[in-house]
Amino acid sequence: MNGLWSAPLAWVGRSALELSAGFGRFGRFTASAVRALSDTGTWGRQLIEQMARLGVESIPIAVFIAAFTGIVLALQASYTFTGAVPLYFVGALVAKTMILELGPVLTGLALAGRVGANIASEIGTMRVTEQIDALETLAYDPVAYLVVPRVLAGVVMFPIVVAFADAVGIAAGWITSINLLDLSTPEFVRGVRLFFDTFDVRYSLVKATSFGLVVTLVGCFSGFGAAGGAAAVGRATTQAVVLSSMLILVLDAFWAAVLL
Amino acid sequence: MSIRIWEVRKSFGARVVLDGVTLDVDAGETVAIIGFSGSGKSVLLKTIVGLLKPDSGAVFVDGQDVGALRREELYALRRQVGYVFQFAALFDSMTVEENVAMGLRRVPGMTEAQIRERVEESLRLVELEGYGARLPGQLSGGQRKRVGLARAIATRPRYVLYDEPTTGLDPVTTAVIDRLILKLDRELGVTSLVVTHNMESALRIADRIAFLHDGRVRFTGTPDEVRSSEDPIVRAFIEGRPELAQEVV
Repeated sequence: MNGLWSAPLAWVGRSALELSAGFGRFGRFTASAVRALSDTGTWGRQLIEQMARLGVESIPIAVFIAAFTGIVLALQASYTFTGAVPLYFVGALVAKTMILELGPVLTGLALAGRVGANIASEIGTMRVTEQIDALETLAYDPVAYLVVPRVLAGVVMFPIVVAFADAVGIAAGWITSINLLDLSTPEFVRGVRLFFDTFDVRYSLVKATSFGLVVTLVGCFSGFGAAGGAAAVGRATTQAVVLSSMLILVLDAFWAAVLL
Repeated sequence: MSIRIWEVRKSFGARVVLDGVTLDVDAGETVAIIGFSGSGKSVLLKTIVGLLKPDSGAVFVDGQDVGALRREELYALRRQVGYVFQFAALFDSMTVEENVAMGLRRVPGMTEAQIRERVEESLRLVELEGYGARLPGQLSGGQRKRVGLARAIATRPRYVLYDEPTTGLDPVTTAVIDRLILKLDRELGVTSLVVTHNMESALRIADRIAFLHDGRVRFTGTPDEVRSSEDPIVRAFIEGRPELAQEVV
């Protein structure tokens, strides 16, 4: 009996130890990033470039996703409401859903793929090709040089990208409503205004900021942990995307429970 | 101005890589560290600049215990040490010029004009004038190593550490790199530590050669002393004949 249970118990024990060690490493990594914030001379030069790379260059994909989400929302709302709810509620549903949920979450998940994978593979490659060691020997703190500007860029730019996504999603819903549904612009706007609260926008942007933080921080952490060769970079990239996607969903539930 | 490595031990898991290495490098001297692959040569070099911490023992550079330095003190020390990586470790998103300028941007008080001038001068020293605008991906293996060399010496360090500077290069390019190391030693008056398993290179450039084996320094001596050594392990290495030493096979 003992023999039967010893292997799975050992596996559970090992997994728990690995998980707690992983939390410990992530905690130390985050602490080193916070400490490196004071090294403005090192990360200051990188910040604008990272804001452009991680934020501005992400706008097209975010806009693409938001536009089609807005179209589908309008069509599905109309399909659901027909005969039961006044059609101008389409505006309310499109705006509320885009701002509260789909704008930030879909954009966050898309950027977990685009930005998180990009960061993890870039830093992972630098790790396995000794470029991070080279930074150290040239008297640079690699955390200040690589991590801080990326995380700050994520925190600043994700809300901007999400704001674009929210706006484009609603605009796509409006264009769909006036062209494909039997709805006028004043009716759509009436629906949007019906349940609109400026708090919704703040809620959307707070979520986006937290998504920006986890996607960039997890991407950097995964890249820094890469050890070995190309396979290690691949593993780091996968880890970054999977972990940050999961954290986005966890944070989404967390903010809903705390703020709504 | 010297490097003193004292009883350094370093393990990775159960594998003991360095098992009490002691070695002194005097000012202005060029010491080659030779040894079989996996003998811990690169690990030893990394402990000197604090990239790896010894499990026990200590490394002193200019009398400072590297392991005991605070972060800022360590960075100040690293500005005095140039490090040439085995595969150059160039920043592949930057041009050659930007790579060479990286260390200079950490030197307090250097203006952009001075940085540009020093970059050109460093590229001239490694005979790569006119390559500044290229990306590392556009360079040959030998050229990449030379850019790595230019980057390491751009700040005019007092020490240069070379990790396998000629690995993977053809004999002619190897001779070119060796000549450059000698030229830099002569013109810049640096103290050098060269990790290599290329015996010809070691004999050509070193004032003294240390042979690392089984985690310890097994032998130190001048190139002539190495040539005439009767230690079977050393002979096996320099002659490339494993049958000379049973324990090597």
